[in-house]
Amino acid sequence: MNVLERLENQSIYILREAYRNFKNLCMLWSIGKDSTVLLWLARKSFFGHVPFPLVHIDTSYKIPEMIAYRDKLAYEWQLTMIVGSNQKALAEGQTFPAGKVDRIACCRLLKSEALKNTLSGEWTRYKFNHQERKYILDPDREPYTGVIVGVRADEEGSRSKERYFSPRDIQNEWDIGEQPPELWNQFKTDFAPGTHIRVHPLLDWTELNIWEYIEKERIPVTSLYFDRGSGKRYRSLGCFPCTKPVDSDAQNVAEIIEELRSGKFSNIAERSGREQDREDGGSLETLRRDGYM
Amino acid sequence: MKSESEHEQMNIVIVGHVDHGKSTVIGRLLADTRSLPEGKLEQVRRNCELNAKPFEYAFLLDALKDEQAQGITIDSARCFFKTAKRHYIIIDAPGHLEFLKNMISGAARAEAALLVIDAKEGVRENSRRHGFMLSMLGIDQVMILVNKMDLVNYRQDRFDQIKAEYQNFLKQIQVEPITFIPISARTGANLTTLSNDMPWYQGKHLLQLIDDLKKAKIKPEQPFRFPLQDIYKFSEGGDERRIFAGMVESGKIHVGDEVVFLPSFKKSEISSIEGFNEPVKSEVSAGCATGFTLKTQVYLKPGELMCRSNGEPLPNIGVTFRANLFWMGKSPMIPDKKYKMKIAANRVWVVLQQIVRVLDAADLSTEFQKVQIDRHDVAECILQTLKPVAFDLSREIEATGRFVIIDNYEIVGGGIITQSITAAESYNHKTLVPTDYSWEKSNIPIMARTARYHQHPKLVIITGKDGFYLKKLARSLEEILFKDGHYVYYAGLANLSTGKPDTAVWNNSNRCEREDDIRRIGEIARAIIGSGQLLITNVLELADVELGILKTLLEPNDILVIDTNRQKTGNYPGVINLMVSNEMGEALERIKTMLWENEIITGCYSSYSR
Repeated sequence: MNVLERLENQSIYILREAYRNFKNLCMLWSIGKDSTVLLWLARKSFFGHVPFPLVHIDTSYKIPEMIAYRDKLAYEWQLTMIVGSNQKALAEGQTFPAGKVDRIACCRLLKSEALKNTLSGEWTRYKFNHQERKYILDPDREPYTGVIVGVRADEEGSRSKERYFSPRDIQNEWDIGEQPPELWNQFKTDFAPGTHIRVHPLLDWTELNIWEYIEKERIPVTSLYFDRGSGKRYRSLGCFPCTKPVDSDAQNVAEIIEELRSGKFSNIAERSGREQDREDGGSLETLRRDGYM
Repeated sequence: MKSESEHEQMNIVIVGHVDHGKSTVIGRLLADTRSLPEGKLEQVRRNCELNAKPFEYAFLLDALKDEQAQGITIDSARCFFKTAKRHYIIIDAPGHLEFLKNMISGAARAEAALLVIDAKEGVRENSRRHGFMLSMLGIDQVMILVNKMDLVNYRQDRFDQIKAEYQNFLKQIQVEPITFIPISARTGANLTTLSNDMPWYQGKHLLQLIDDLKKAKIKPEQPFRFPLQDIYKFSEGGDERRIFAGMVESGKIHVGDEVVFLPSFKKSEISSIEGFNEPVKSEVSAGCATGFTLKTQVYLKPGELMCRSNGEPLPNIGVTFRANLFWMGKSPMIPDKKYKMKIAANRVWVVLQQIVRVLDAADLSTEFQKVQIDRHDVAECILQTLKPVAFDLSREIEATGRFVIIDNYEIVGGGIITQSITAAESYNHKTLVPTDYSWEKSNIPIMARTARYHQHPKLVIITGKDGFYLKKLARSLEEILFKDGHYVYYAGLANLSTGKPDTAVWNNSNRCEREDDIRRIGEIARAIIGSGQLLITNVLELADVELGILKTLLEPNDILVIDTNRQKTGNYPGVINLMVSNEMGEALERIKTMLWENEIITGCYSSYSR
């Protein structure tokens, strides 16, 4: 059994473990390559079905192609698609692009806060209607108790310490010193009322594994990852004011793999295009303790 | 060029006492093999300058704020690392006792372990505790890194001294290390190249040794075990399949094979192997997360264990078993309380029926009279489930022989099953366990006595068919060892010297007198061994069950059985069997050689007296 097969089997096991144990389960889909691989693994785990809703937090600053790609797959794969956002912050212009707050605060408001309140059901959720192909108000406000997230340990320091099943307290906070033990294939699937569990099936995957799996399985990804003539492409997707494309002429998955394996990116961190990581030494950890993905 | 997915991958955990330099070892390995993202090293150096503290390689890993402030690793961090041979995930486990459960989580994922010991500080409590946990978790590839050699001027005698001390310890827990290597992570000595500072070290450097580690083989010849994780029927889109999903833990299975679900004993036959976006399969084996449809519809709940019913060995089915368990809960594990147990895909209620003994993992001393299992204790105990479960012994099939315990939503214990106990045995066991010990414990650890006396305390049992010869041999052995300056004592029980097992009489409490005598020997041996001495005794025709009793009473101190009659004594782990001749002189010589070879008596005075 090679590396990709081993990773795939372990991730499938984790996804099934999550589905078995959490009644109100959802999966976060950021539209990026990692969570798209995760979505694909869900279809593998459940033999072509995705038996839980996908949740996307829309900051309104996402690159427009991302949104188009999201709705296309949601329709084609018959997904239960839920979208949430921080409507108040957006209405008041409490954002970095509007100039009222810094990058870190913007992330906290548009992502962490929006996510927390969408998961808990306190803020409105919108659900994709497959007949009309548009989003309508979702009457379901039940809190999600299990949230599947596509973070990888190799992304940066704090993510390397995550568990496959990682509890969040009532405030959505992550206590790094007090994480549950994970023994063999037994995870924390019991949780107190009011708390929830983040599930991380991709923890052991690297960026290169992700691309090799995309190639092997022929998973459709958004074209933002490829150079379309400008000599630039996105290596990591996020909000356009804070995510810059990198210089690269990789035009397809095979060329990206080559670039990562031995080419120009073999030694450069994936998130090097993300501005918010840079602002202070531990900013991503600060955000993550607070519920950021 | 090899594609990424064709490369082998291996998980390695790095453990050891706090501050012995685990994170520095990894940081240095990553830096020296250019496995770091560009700019990361410079970034950490710059941060150090800004905060006016000297740069350390450990900062590369201890990326979290809490850890940099306190200079310790709180959780297991993973980092990725590659050589020409294969890809590695290195798991950096915390050395603080407080974070033992994090260390365990890290180690449970590993296929091999690097255990770091500070050359200056020497072997410390968690050096031993972690070594012990590794053996419990089933990690059999362990390499010992004696770090910070620069602080002891790269002296060979210091290295040898630590090696001798730690090897003694490993021997007691039956761990055979791959090797000991002297390194300095700070200066890079012997990490990726051999250092000129230690010309006396003849071995390979660390990176080569890591590449020499072996991948655990998937064993398709093991019996088929498939814990039933879930049953799906997604009728959406007209999908009528009823799919039995889970991970194949061992063995393999074919379409058309007959299967049995345990403990319900329901039977069926594999109709198809299901998948998505993959070619149709007719066989799956260990490591596959898969799904089956069955020929006949059976009503089942998740948690059952699916096995092959045509001739392969089936698991045990029962409610009582003996297990080694480590406890991580803030509140102790207490008898008669209901806990949730997860074993393979099954969840059942379990009760701690009995604590056989609690082992202090740090110095391997044993306590019999404990009434609860405290945090960080390792206990041998008898557990009883409220409903029958299917399980294997962990030494036979790991995945279905281990379990976790849950209390108040938290995983608080983990264990491995060592023995299945039938209802009758469960009674016997209860009467065997010494409840009459209420000795106060000495403050001097057994390790200190071992070092002072240059010997490992042992019960030496001389057995055979000629009672007279046995007694003579035992006494002569005592004499020659005593003359050589060893601490040794002979004690024999008249009944055991002459009374044959089959003429045993039963006493008032309906127990066999011979068994009582065996217990008596065991109890005396406990005290004498505890004082650091060798106890020699003779037992006529020692039976397996009797050896088992002694083993239970004396663990972890090994027993040495010397057989003058070439009868087969039980193959108990930790028991050394030696066959000797009926000629006294020859037999004595043979025994003495064996004692030296197994380092039960040593002459290594110099390494301890410095």
